[in-house]
Amino acid sequence: MATEEHSEGLVFHPMDQFTVKPLFGGTDVHWYTPTNATLWMGLAALCIIGLLVFGTRGRAIIPNRIQSIAELMYGMVRKMVEDITGKEGLKYFPYIMTLFCFILFANALALLPMSFSPTSQIAVTAVLALLVFVGVTVLGFVKNGTHFLGLFWVSSAPALMRPVLAVIELISYFVRPVSHSIRLAGNIMAGHAVMKVFAAFAGAALLAPVSILAIVGVYALEVLVVTIQAYVFTILTCVYLKDALHPSH
Amino acid sequence: MFSLLQQTAPVVVNESEAVIHAETAQAAAHGADAAHVATAADAAHGASSAGMPQLDISTFGNQIVWLLLVLAAIYWVLSRVALPRIGGIISDRQGAITGDLMAAEEFKQKAKDAEAAYDKALADARAEANKIIAANKAEMHKELDAAIAHADAEIAARSAESEKRIGEIRATAVEDARAVARDVTESLVQNFGGSVDQNLINDAVDQRLKGALQ
Amino acid sequence: MENLGQLGQYLGAGLACIGMAGAAMGVGNVAGNYLAGALRNPSAAASQTATLFIGMAFAEALGIFSFLVALLLLFAV
Repeated sequence: MATEEHSEGLVFHPMDQFTVKPLFGGTDVHWYTPTNATLWMGLAALCIIGLLVFGTRGRAIIPNRIQSIAELMYGMVRKMVEDITGKEGLKYFPYIMTLFCFILFANALALLPMSFSPTSQIAVTAVLALLVFVGVTVLGFVKNGTHFLGLFWVSSAPALMRPVLAVIELISYFVRPVSHSIRLAGNIMAGHAVMKVFAAFAGAALLAPVSILAIVGVYALEVLVVTIQAYVFTILTCVYLKDALHPSH
Repeated sequence: MFSLLQQTAPVVVNESEAVIHAETAQAAAHGADAAHVATAADAAHGASSAGMPQLDISTFGNQIVWLLLVLAAIYWVLSRVALPRIGGIISDRQGAITGDLMAAEEFKQKAKDAEAAYDKALADARAEANKIIAANKAEMHKELDAAIAHADAEIAARSAESEKRIGEIRATAVEDARAVARDVTESLVQNFGGSVDQNLINDAVDQRLKGALQ
Repeated sequence: MENLGQLGQYLGAGLACIGMAGAAMGVGNVAGNYLAGALRNPSAAASQTATLFIGMAFAEALGIFSFLVALLLLFAV
């Protein structure tokens, strides 16, 4: 179904790049098997450690370039957390920074040719979103007790509307992890699939220049999308965290 | 450019071919054409994941386990090492900047003090100079006054002396004129044969001279 | 019969992509209104970029849903 054949030999395999394969041969994927997903997630982790730990090794008052990048990322995420959740949200800053760095680097490394994109996998983004969802919900109940349910009871609305709104709010609350995860996976998957489709068009000599130009354009857009999606995932995490810390409706 | 692109396209095909070869080593023979490979791929995917690799449940456990491991590792490194270090660097820098600003403020204050001291010294020096000038001026004035007075006195003395001598000369001149007039009168009178009355002649001469010598 | 099912799949996938138009309009609406507001009051623009991205993300998520439905129809049914 995924493959369409033309007489010129155009071969469309836009989804093959998302296949999880064992790194060292074999066909079975057990839970412990090192796969290409493992490799690229590990590379993302190594890049983060390289940037944030080895880049700041000098502890220079006047930073060099790498240290400046690390400090910019730190400052940006910290300001985001502080602006949205307030001072008490800073306790959760390391986890939010972890999410931001992981998504940013996994996305960015996936733009390398022949690479694998962990963040295009629903399993990965669902786990990321569920960690946030479960964590935020538990945190809301622990911090506010039953007051947390006030999030669903819109006290500013007319009394007649409140039950209806409560149902809507409840549904939208439970849709959060779905949209949170699908947004990231869908964006990355769509971008990569589009690039692969255009790459397949390059097989025909007449279409090749057009497809090359299209790939360049889509690639540039993807560089933007990669950053924005990491930013959006992080900022939505902050918003959900704010709801848990101050459930005022 | 075209040839390059046409070269790259088979690479993509070859890659997927390799995958399929790994998966269905016995089924797909080496050197199979593209159509054959594609149908083999369909068969392989249909068996495992129904087309969309993301929905292949059999790989979920693997991905989730490795994801959690990686996240835990990143979280551990960030919260233990990286974030405290960067926070420390930033607050150090903030401290250094505040310290430098305060030092700059101090130096500014010092410069201001020095300027004030300089101004004060300048004003003092000027006042002192003015005082000295005034003193000198007064002294010079006094000397000048003394010199002028001295000169005036000398001039007065000289002019008095001259006056006296002029008076003397004038007096002697009058006496001489009188004597000459008397002599002349006496001889005139004698020549005319008159008797010489000394007193009469004196009176007459005085009478005449009073008008002439004034 | 199998061909009829496949026809339905492909038709459905294509129809699902219409949903992306809605997402496109939504995202454009968010960005356009942000720009209009930012030009009226540029000093307040910088503080609202986070809100802009949140709004864009929400609008875009629904387009991604339609894309997902299309993919599911194509590959997973």
